[in-house]
Amino acid sequence: MTAIPLTPDISSGAYRVWQRNRDATLRNWKTEFLGIAIEPFAIILALGLALGRFVDLGRGENYVEFLAPGLLALFPMFAATFECAWGSYVRLEMQGTYESIVATPISVDDVITGEILWGTTRSLVNGTYILIVMFILNPWLHMVDSPLALLAIPIGILPGLLFSSISIAFASIARAMSHFAYFFNLIINPMFWFGGAFFPFDEMPQWVQIAGWFVPLKHVVDIYRGLIAGNLEWSMLASLAWLATFTLVFYVLAVKLMRRRLIH
Amino acid sequence: MTPALIEARGLVKHYGDFVAVDDISFDIHEGECFGVLGPNGAGKTTTIRMITATSPITAGDLRVSGMAVAEEPRKVKAVLGVVPQEDNLDPDLLVRQNLEVYARYFGLGREEVRQRIDEALELFQLDDRIASNVDDLSGGMKRRLTIARALVNDPRVLILDEPTTGLDPQARHLVWQQLRLLKSRGVTMLLTTHYMEEATHLCDRLVIMHRGKILIEGRPHDLIAEVAGPQVLELRLPSRERDALLAEFPQGNGVSVEQVEDLTYVFGGGTASMMAAERVGDPHRAHLRPGNMEDVFLLLTGRGLLD
Repeated sequence: MTAIPLTPDISSGAYRVWQRNRDATLRNWKTEFLGIAIEPFAIILALGLALGRFVDLGRGENYVEFLAPGLLALFPMFAATFECAWGSYVRLEMQGTYESIVATPISVDDVITGEILWGTTRSLVNGTYILIVMFILNPWLHMVDSPLALLAIPIGILPGLLFSSISIAFASIARAMSHFAYFFNLIINPMFWFGGAFFPFDEMPQWVQIAGWFVPLKHVVDIYRGLIAGNLEWSMLASLAWLATFTLVFYVLAVKLMRRRLIH
Repeated sequence: MTPALIEARGLVKHYGDFVAVDDISFDIHEGECFGVLGPNGAGKTTTIRMITATSPITAGDLRVSGMAVAEEPRKVKAVLGVVPQEDNLDPDLLVRQNLEVYARYFGLGREEVRQRIDEALELFQLDDRIASNVDDLSGGMKRRLTIARALVNDPRVLILDEPTTGLDPQARHLVWQQLRLLKSRGVTMLLTTHYMEEATHLCDRLVIMHRGKILIEGRPHDLIAEVAGPQVLELRLPSRERDALLAEFPQGNGVSVEQVEDLTYVFGGGTASMMAAERVGDPHRAHLRPGNMEDVFLLLTGRGLLD
């Protein structure tokens, strides 16, 4: 076997792959839009307002206010993971889309990079929309305290890249659609519940807090919680560094695994 | 002679202990249709995957337009048009979009390829389906669209991996007709197939592959004439009757006999074959027919095609 170089072999082909995904998505924009549009209202209504009436965090804030940064982190995470786990697997295995693309001057690394950039784009669109909804509802619900919250949009690129990379790394080793049950049940769903979106982490036992350090979503929620409250802290930089490091690790992993899958 | 467009020297591919392609060499020249004929598992698709830079070569030298595939995969892929064995059209895009998006993978803009796409859609009789969903097309239409897609970058070589496998006879003939048309326009083609008829029909020159090796190379009709001879006698007779008939043949005079299941083939029998067929007098039991590519394969491997 020819040795596989460590550095990714990326060209403008990554952008072509991104364009392909954009065009394919825009064909069904109505369905896509409906999914994005309604969900935040439902969850703000059900969890924030309905459930929130019975929740007192003892911090002088409403539950819906506490929930805001979590929602800002959760929806984009799901957008990226659905796109790069199910979506990528369908393109890889069921449709042979990757196979058709790598027969052109585009490399496997371009394909993976384009897919991750597209997953990130979807997560950004999603995050931006949630933020707009929050600003619209702000006169009544006070979900956002500071314009610093707008920084969540550019910063959101990082978790977008991370969750897309993790998902596509998993897609590259999945052998059947049913294998995604492991991914969602063992990784994504626990992260959903225990990522610090629904309850305050800092009041949990010490060991839970230590375990939380390993959960990517927790770092995202921490950063957004600070931004929305208008508090900039040094620990946010540490969280950013954590996210950047793991993004790099999973990106390289995804590229290596997908090369092994497609070029043999 | 013009330098070869595809040049393979001592090409080898191992998968672990399994030898998929075992030291093969061939040249494909500008404007010719070159066939790789062989049963499933002969190494045809692996050879194609190596040429299209999607399978690293284990050993040997492989060049496309003078460029080493291993060193310049992007440039090599830029001059190839690939029609894979399994349709992998993009079901998330409409028919015309499939070609436009594919052209973009080559860095070609929509305006640049507009005319080429129009021509390809017309040539492959898909111009009335440009806004269809790919999933709504018939098998034959999908195949034609896949071939049209492989032409969007105006490739130097069109590579077709079993282009008509799985098609009904009518759809197959339409594809053949269109491939002949492309050939007449000077498109260089590399075609793999396990259909002997397809290889004879379309290829100027072909190799027969078996268990990773090339058994023979030549022009289809030359190969048939040289290996199988002009006429072949097919016998479907009980063994005693058959043996009695074969005993009449002159011994050791270039006559060879092959048995496949309940069929006996007699090659190079000449007038003795003619007389034998006449004596049996029943074309279902003794049939004299022209030699074909399948006979060549049978004689070289000593067995029928393993489909």
